[in-house]
Formats: sequence, C-alpha cells, structure tokens
Amino acid sequence: MIRRLLATLAFGVFAPAVWAADALTGEVQKQPLNVAAILMFVAFVGATLCITYWASKRNKTAADYYSAGGRITGFQNGLAIAGDYMSAASFLGISALVFTSGYDGLIYSIGFLVGWPIILFLIAERLRNLGKYTFADVASYRLGQKEIRTLSASGSLVVVAFYLIAQMVGAGKLIQLLFGLDYHVAVILVGILMCLYVLFGGMLATTWVQIIKAVLLLSGASFMALMVMKHVNFDFNALFSEAIKVHPKGEAIMSPGGLVKDPISAFSLGLALMFGTAGLPHILMRFFTVSDAKEARKSVLYATGFIGYFYILTFIIGFGAILLVSTNPDFKDAAGALIGGNNMAAVHLADAVGGSVFLGFISAVAFATILAVVAGLTLAGASAVSHDLYASVIKKGKANEKDEIRVSKITTIALAVLAIGLGILFESQNIAFMVGLAFSIAASCNFPVLLLSMYWKKLTTRGAMIGGWLGLISAVALMILGPTIWVQILGHEKAIYPYEYPALFSMIIAFVGIWFFSITDKSKAADDERALFFPQFVRSQTGLGASGAVSH
Amino acid sequence: MNDSIYLSIQNSSRFKELVSKRERFAWILSAIMLGLYAGFILLIAYGPQVLGHKISPDSSITWGIPLGVGLIVSAFILTGIYVRRANGEFDELNKAILKEAQQ
Repeated sequence: MIRRLLATLAFGVFAPAVWAADALTGEVQKQPLNVAAILMFVAFVGATLCITYWASKRNKTAADYYSAGGRITGFQNGLAIAGDYMSAASFLGISALVFTSGYDGLIYSIGFLVGWPIILFLIAERLRNLGKYTFADVASYRLGQKEIRTLSASGSLVVVAFYLIAQMVGAGKLIQLLFGLDYHVAVILVGILMCLYVLFGGMLATTWVQIIKAVLLLSGASFMALMVMKHVNFDFNALFSEAIKVHPKGEAIMSPGGLVKDPISAFSLGLALMFGTAGLPHILMRFFTVSDAKEARKSVLYATGFIGYFYILTFIIGFGAILLVSTNPDFKDAAGALIGGNNMAAVHLADAVGGSVFLGFISAVAFATILAVVAGLTLAGASAVSHDLYASVIKKGKANEKDEIRVSKITTIALAVLAIGLGILFESQNIAFMVGLAFSIAASCNFPVLLLSMYWKKLTTRGAMIGGWLGLISAVALMILGPTIWVQILGHEKAIYPYEYPALFSMIIAFVGIWFFSITDKSKAADDERALFFPQFVRSQTGLGASGAVSH
Repeated sequence: MNDSIYLSIQNSSRFKELVSKRERFAWILSAIMLGLYAGFILLIAYGPQVLGHKISPDSSITWGIPLGVGLIVSAFILTGIYVRRANGEFDELNKAILKEAQQ
C-alpha cells in the first residue's frame, strides 16, 4: 500500500522516461537542410544581437550588468522566468508523452507547476528584500562571507555545469534533427551566441532574449492548439473521441497509466524537482532584476500563468498529434515509427497544421529556446565567480566594479569554451542523468542553506557550511555510486547505492547536518550571527534597506 | 541605516501584526496548494478509475481532464489571491510601519 502510494506520489511529480527527454538523449538522424527554418532563425539571431548592442550601451554599472539595474517590470520578469523554465526539450518531451500515453502527460506537467506557488508564498519576497545580485547574498547575509559564498558559488557552478552539458548536447542533437546542421557546428554556434549575449548585453540582453523566446514559443504553441481545435470544430469531446479511435491504447489514454518500477528513486527525483527549482541559481537570480518585493510577487503570478497556459497547450498539441500526425504516413518511416523519434510529434504537427513555413518557425523557436536557457545559465555561473568568489571572497568586498565585471566577462568566455568542449566530449554519452543531478544538487546544497538562512534564527556559519557541503558531496557521491554511473557508465556489476536519484537522502543529510552543527556551535561568532537574525528578519519582511528599493 | 530603526520596527505592534497575518496567510495557501496536489496524487494512487470515469455516458471526456486542468488553474488562482492581498493590504501596512519608524 505504502509502496504504491510512494510510487504514484512520485509519478505525479515526473516520469523518469520523460525526465530523460529533458536532455534529449539517444540516437537522432540528421535531417535534410531546412532553409525556411534557417532563415527564421537568422532573423531571430539578428534581432537578439541588435538588442544585445542596445543593452551594451545601457550597461554602465555592476547593477546593470548583473540585474539589469532592477528596472525589469513584474510582467516582463514573469515572461522571462517562463522563458527560462520552458525548455525546448520540455516542449517536445511533454507533447511526446501526451502523444504516446495521453493523460500521463498532464500529470507530469502538473508536477512541474506546483512548485511555483510555493516559491511565491515562502521564498520570493524575502529573497528580493535581502539579496542584490546572487542568492549567495541572501545565504551569507548574516553569516561568514568567505565560507558561505564559497559554498554557494561551488553549488551554483556545479549545478550550472551539469545543466549546461545537458543543454549543449540536447541543442546539438535537436539542431541536427531540425536544421540538418552538423552536431559540432551546432554546439559551437550555440556557445558563441550565448557568449555574445552575456558578454556584451549582461542581464538586460539575457532577459530580453528570454522574453522574446517566451512570446514566440507561446504564440507558436497557441497557433498549433488553435488549429487542432479548429480541426475538431472547437469540440473537446470530438478531440478526445477521435484520439481514442486512432490511438493503439484506445480508452486508456484518458486515464492515469504508467508504472514506476522503483518508488524510492521516483520519490527522490520528485523531491529534487520540487525543491531543486527553488535552488537553481539562474532562476533565483531573476528575482533581483525587479525593483522590489511587489514586482517580485507579480513576476511569479505571471510566470505561473504563462507556464500553466503553456502546459495546457502542450496537452492539446499532444492530442492533436495523435489525430493529425499518427494517422499520416508522410510522418512515418518504413517500420511505422515517427520519423526522428517520438520527441518529434510536436514538430510534425507544426508541419501538418501550418505547412513548411510554420514548421520552420517552430524549429527556429526551438533553437531560440535553447539559446535563452544557456544564456541564463552562463550569466548565473559568471556571477557566482565574479560577485561571490572574486569580489567577496578573494577581495573581501573591496573589489572595484570595473574589475569585478571584467572577471565576470573572462568567466563568461571560459564557460563558453568549457560548454563547447564538454558538449563535444559528451556527444555520444548518456547524459540523461545530468539534469536530474543538477536538480538534486540544487535541492541538497543551495536550497537548504538558502531556506534556513531566511527562516531559522539558530543557523550558524559552521552549521550551514558543514551541512551544505555534506549535501553537495553526498548528492554527487550517491549519484556516482548509483546504477546510472556505477553500472551503466563505469561498467560495474552491481550498484553500491541502489536508487537512481540521491535527493531523498542527500537532502536529509544536508538538513540534519545544518541543524546539528548549528545547535552545537557554542562559539562567540555563532552568538553574534544569531543576534543578527532580527535585523535581517525586519529587512526581509519590510524591504527596509533593500537594494534598488530606494531609487524611485 | 542605523540599528535603532530596525529595533523600533521589530518592537512595533504593527510589524508584529503584519508578520503574523502574512505568515499565516502564506502557510494556509501553501497548505491548500499541497493539499490539492496530494489529493490529486492520492486519487491517482487509490482511485485511478475515478479519474478515468466519463463525466457523462455519451461523452469521452473523463473526470481526470477537468480535475487536472483545474489543478493548473488553481495554482494560478492561489498565486493571484496571495499577490492581491500582499500587494494591497500588506504593502499598505508595510508602508505605515516604515513611515512610523522613520519619524
């Protein structure tokens, strides 16, 4: 009974099969060169480079560079968050899950969404009131700068690195599939473009790339859903009845199906997904681009609305693909499988409802989507190095702004080179576990330290540091000793840690570690840190003294 | 910013009112969201046939569809309810607290 509950509980948050889709793994066939798609993509790149040029003229201070000067409105930031969160692979992956299993796709997307209201209720406004450029500003607010910033920057960099590898490899494969470009060309192109956006445009250009991408993706998906509904005369009943008729699973597509073979792995990944979102450095950084807590709250409202709307669209698109793609022999190979794999369901549907020009548009949007996500990641990684490690740890808060931004730009170039190199190195590796690992680390290191620094008075530097590192190390170690790396990649016979994902255990280790090493900390410094909780609490609640709040 | 302002805010009754009201509201809404989600998951675990049941005999729409979409919509509505009260009533109270403290 309990096992079954755990299994479904976990399944509600994600499905392992689709999780893999977020990294877009497996063999893909290179498609013929798609001219319409390339032209539209060139138009997108041209427009975003103009924006980058415009942004570079306006970027004068460190605040401009890291947080767009706090001048982004709640509505714009909501769109940008949605742009950061709706990855190309989740668009293709969720519609593919609906295409193959129907209702399960909806269960999956709901799991992605329910974390957002919780971020609003518990984290968003305190984060905005306490922080300046990175979430480490908040975590280290009353604690030892050196220790906590080093910890947070390490946590951020590890998360960014794994996430970047997954995105780069996914990008290379997707572009091969959609545009017919060579894998290496695609990876290098993505690396150079993201580098240009971040290097010259900073947060302002990155934000606008994400906004444009979100608008394009939402309009493209809206158009597809509209055409699907037009096909069935705007009658949902007809949409579902026709899908039941042509789908091999018949009526089963209208109710929960799907089994999870290992409930603890599943539950563990579910936790990582929910709380990892609240520990992703590039998502948290978005809250500093608005002027105050009021706009931060609005950001989450709009983001939740856009993301929820998008998931409803992908549900209709998946069913539309059952009707219009699975019945059309043009989209299938000799064996009757979908050309390019099931992840191509939405792309083929674009062709079916809008012809080759619209197909080109959707392909270009998918590419733009990847660019927006990697640009956000790179900026978060560069900020962790320049703002946390360089300015606060090495220079002890006495760095001048020019040097700090220069370090950030050098890091951006280094990250781009690293991303291209790793993207090529991991081309034929199994990288499906990397997004899961990134979320697990975010949930086991960044999230516990951030949450307790805002909510728990008795937290001390020693506790946060030891617990945070324990979370980070145990997440990585359990992952290495688990079935994915120990058995599949290193070729050992049996996994030492039997479950796929570490978060369930590594989060417990982190929280217990932080608690134990904080309450047993009897040093003078620890008492001072506890005394500093109340001024921090007042600021977190009222915004008194918050950065950017006094400028107007 | 000097410490005495923080101290006077911390001791003000309005501040205590704001904190207790806002925290209670946030926790209640969090509980509703997690409760709705947990309810949905329990249905998938113990009553998948409920979600697979047709809403009327001649329709192919099952209860799972309005419930699932309803959950997405309720996530948006709950954030809306919080933002409305926080950006209105709570921010007014907050302004009053800051004004009082700076006098």
